[in-house]
Amino acid sequence: MEQLNAVNDFVVRFANVNGTGSASANNMFAKAIFRMGIPVTPKNIFPSNIQGLPTWYEVRISEKGYLGRREGVDLMVCINPQSMAEDVASVKPGGYFLYDSTKKLHPQFIREDIHYIGLPMTDMVMHHYSEPRQRQLFKNVVYVGALSALLDIEFGVLESIIRDQFKKKEKLIAPNIKALELGLHYIQEHYEYPLGIRLERRDKVNDSILIDGNTACALGAIYGGATVAAWYPITPSTSVVSAFGKYVSRLRIDPESGRRKFAIVQAEDELAAMGVVIGATWNGARAFTATSGPGVSLMSEFLGLAYFAEIPAVLINVQRGGPSTGMPTRTQQPDILSSAYASHGDTKHILLFPSTPAECFEMTATALDLADRLQTPVIVMSDLDLGMNEHLSPPLKWDDGRRYDRGKVLSAEELEKLEKFGRYLDVDGDGICFRTIPGTHPTKGSFFTRGTSKDEYARYTENGEAYVRNMDRLARKWETAKLKVPPPELYQNENRHRYGMIFFGTTTYAALEAMDLLREKGIELDAMRLASFPFSETVRQFIEQHEKVFVIEQNRDAQMRSLLINELEIAPRQLISVLNYDGKPIPADTIEQQIARTFNSETTKDDVHKAQVPAS
Amino acid sequence: MTYIKPRFRHPELPRNKIGYAKADYEGAISTLCAGCGHDSISAGIVQACYELSIEPHRLAKLSGIGCSSKTPTYFLSNSHGFNAVHGRMPSIATGACLANRELIYLGVSGDGDSASIGMGQFVHAIRRNVNMVYIVMNNGCYGLTKGQHSATADAGAQSKTGSTNPFPSIDLVGLALELGATFVGRSFSGDKKQLVPLIKAAMSHPGFALLDVISPCVTFNNQPQSTKSYDYVRAHLEATATIDFVPHREEITVSYQPGHSASVELHDGSVIQLHKLAPHWDPTDRNSAVTRLLESKMKGEVLTGLLYIDPESQGLHELEQTVEQPLNTLKEEDLNPGAEVLEEINNSFR
Ligand SMILES: Cc1ncc(C[n+]2csc(CCOP(=O)(O)OP(=O)(O)O)c2C)c(N)n1
Ligand code: SF4
Ligand SMILES: [Mg+2]
Repeated sequence: MEQLNAVNDFVVRFANVNGTGSASANNMFAKAIFRMGIPVTPKNIFPSNIQGLPTWYEVRISEKGYLGRREGVDLMVCINPQSMAEDVASVKPGGYFLYDSTKKLHPQFIREDIHYIGLPMTDMVMHHYSEPRQRQLFKNVVYVGALSALLDIEFGVLESIIRDQFKKKEKLIAPNIKALELGLHYIQEHYEYPLGIRLERRDKVNDSILIDGNTACALGAIYGGATVAAWYPITPSTSVVSAFGKYVSRLRIDPESGRRKFAIVQAEDELAAMGVVIGATWNGARAFTATSGPGVSLMSEFLGLAYFAEIPAVLINVQRGGPSTGMPTRTQQPDILSSAYASHGDTKHILLFPSTPAECFEMTATALDLADRLQTPVIVMSDLDLGMNEHLSPPLKWDDGRRYDRGKVLSAEELEKLEKFGRYLDVDGDGICFRTIPGTHPTKGSFFTRGTSKDEYARYTENGEAYVRNMDRLARKWETAKLKVPPPELYQNENRHRYGMIFFGTTTYAALEAMDLLREKGIELDAMRLASFPFSETVRQFIEQHEKVFVIEQNRDAQMRSLLINELEIAPRQLISVLNYDGKPIPADTIEQQIARTFNSETTKDDVHKAQVPAS
Repeated sequence: MTYIKPRFRHPELPRNKIGYAKADYEGAISTLCAGCGHDSISAGIVQACYELSIEPHRLAKLSGIGCSSKTPTYFLSNSHGFNAVHGRMPSIATGACLANRELIYLGVSGDGDSASIGMGQFVHAIRRNVNMVYIVMNNGCYGLTKGQHSATADAGAQSKTGSTNPFPSIDLVGLALELGATFVGRSFSGDKKQLVPLIKAAMSHPGFALLDVISPCVTFNNQPQSTKSYDYVRAHLEATATIDFVPHREEITVSYQPGHSASVELHDGSVIQLHKLAPHWDPTDRNSAVTRLLESKMKGEVLTGLLYIDPESQGLHELEQTVEQPLNTLKEEDLNPGAEVLEEINNSFR
């Protein structure tokens, strides 16, 4: 029988039952590979449920540093009989299937073209541990021990992870190591090891860290000086605020009084969460909220108020599959239009698109600056894949010399010198006006903040000319925003090819890999990663300098393509969609296939703007 | 449009302790209908702030949407104001309060704004005991959208267009008592003598102070069949007690017969004096307030006055344990843990 052979380049998938404590064993597996200096990308694939349903954990190991998802499983670790049929089928021919051999495998699960490795995990834990919960937990550790033999994971690395993990619960170290050894010895005694797929220590992760985007956003909010966080629980954004809570309760307690330099409000709904943020920022604090699609829908009215009344607000939108409740535990990029244009009337919002946890950190801190500087909502567009999965990321960086940009805020002294204060008076032409914080000066600077139309002095008016002046100034501010938002990243010094590709956020990992795959096929493209909306001149130029541009994104309706067409007046036929919206992170092969197919038909017929190949 | 009031000041106008004349607490000229109850409440707010010698810029006024929510333009023009969206002022006030614990927050809302679209936020602001005064200008209808029944309209109430409200009313005072509100009062826009000391007491309360003020809508809901009309309310008015508010460090001059009066001392040393007490009612006993309210309701009375106060109330900042210094004044040094700590954090992810 054929056997898959590879060093540091394969995919391992774990099939678990949720609520059984498999997550920490699986994390240990991924972390061990990371600590062996090999680039690794773990992904959780989980249901919207607390206990008892199938969940998967997929780990891609790539010495070349490809961090996107790849189709096909080389080694399946099957702990869940519920999903066994599907799991057996997903293994590539010549691949491996590790299962619990306490019970004999039913013949229906036997394939001729894959290798079976039986490990009597249930038996082993029944024999060695007495408590039911311990049995369940250590079963997970046993299979990691077995994998250390099968894949050549350095045992010392696993031990070091356990020691770090249980630093504060030393009693647990020995039994965990024992469980690892049980698995290890069983394989050593019963099988030839390692498998054809295996690991070898490298030095390829440098100073990288393995962190999820939501934790990075939370740290960005802390470093960016947010003092008020308001939220309503929703997957996949919940862990942004829980991580914020975890770190502030360590880093933001006043040592003398023991009191908090922060406030976290679990609001009654997302409307209130956004209201709390707006109230706090109006009153001069930095504040943020985190939510997902359904929450953004609820926040829309308030986002419009913040846009029109010009109040800073930071919203971290960790996108998930829509529409409606959609696929709440699956990833997508489906809120681009609903975020860009959230709320009625002529409203638009600044969007930032992080593609790594390091950028989640940086962009959340930047969002707090931009919101203050531009006096408007800023939405950080993360997604479930980026937010909830660990990613190999450059370390988080903060320059101690960096100061917060609080924007145009008048102090009591400045107000004192001012003859007449006009809240919506554009004194220097950039569309941004000076604001005042309540309580600053006894007789100067007070004004009425409102969502209704007003004149330069914040007085209510229905005068058409005053309204148009204000709306035009807001448009001018939008132009200023284009110069302030993070620029796109270009992957070439100078555009050289007829075709280009545009991507953003988590699509980046797969897109960069697809570029290499295409190059191997002789297809070369220029590439640009969008980092923000509104689009700068660079974005327009990139598109204009190419005959056709592929826009790669993870939603059905090609929302980023629409946004580009709408905002830059691009001819629709110039932008070709590459889409993936099945709820799993977009794999490189999907991109490569869709582009290659379009590319080939392009050479034969001209009209390809509609060529959209369904996701594989 | 907003009309700026001409400011003519007589040099001998009376001034309060901090040297402000009453005019310093006024706002733009009201554009509400002549005779609207809301304007009387605005006047009560001006009077209360003047008498309390509040520095106008140390107070922030917030509202939702409705005729009632327009009123913050008509008082305290030296205070910052925030006219939020319909029914959502409580969340704005919560955020504002968290950002700066040193200002006084005065929220103004309507019965539509609070009892319908904003019910969720209203309820949760009470639950969090947000440090604020919350005045509902209650006219039993949606004034600004031309007189539809609101959720506080009594069952059987007839609107001006003749439609009868078939549903029971939501009593915001009863609801607040049930929710654990720490300060609950009801008043009538036409009873300034009661309203002004109630507002003053509410402003000294550490926590959420609800004042449900019946405020007739002369244009859409003042017909005699309406239970929120001037005539009806006057005819059925009943008070728990008359009320005096004595600010901190002022001498208490009147004394009343024991058994017929009570005084409640607030955390800052101010005293609420109540006299001609209703029988079987103690302002610090929630149960007696609920009972008293129900009794009145059965009799068809409109019970006004201070209904309940928790002198031990702990506002949002106590519950959240925030630092004494307002959060909006904290700087990089207070907020940013620095690059060294970040490197430790990075290490924990390796
Ligand atoms: C989301 C939304 N829905 C509807 C309205 C229209 N609207 C404006 S005021 C109002 C009712 C106000 O009633 P109330 O709060 O009792 O104030 P009043 O005018 O009676 O003082 C409504 C429904 C709105 N502004 N926003
Ligand atoms: S419509 Fe009614 S509530 Fe509105 S201003 Fe006129 S009287 Fe007052
Ligand atoms: Mg009303």
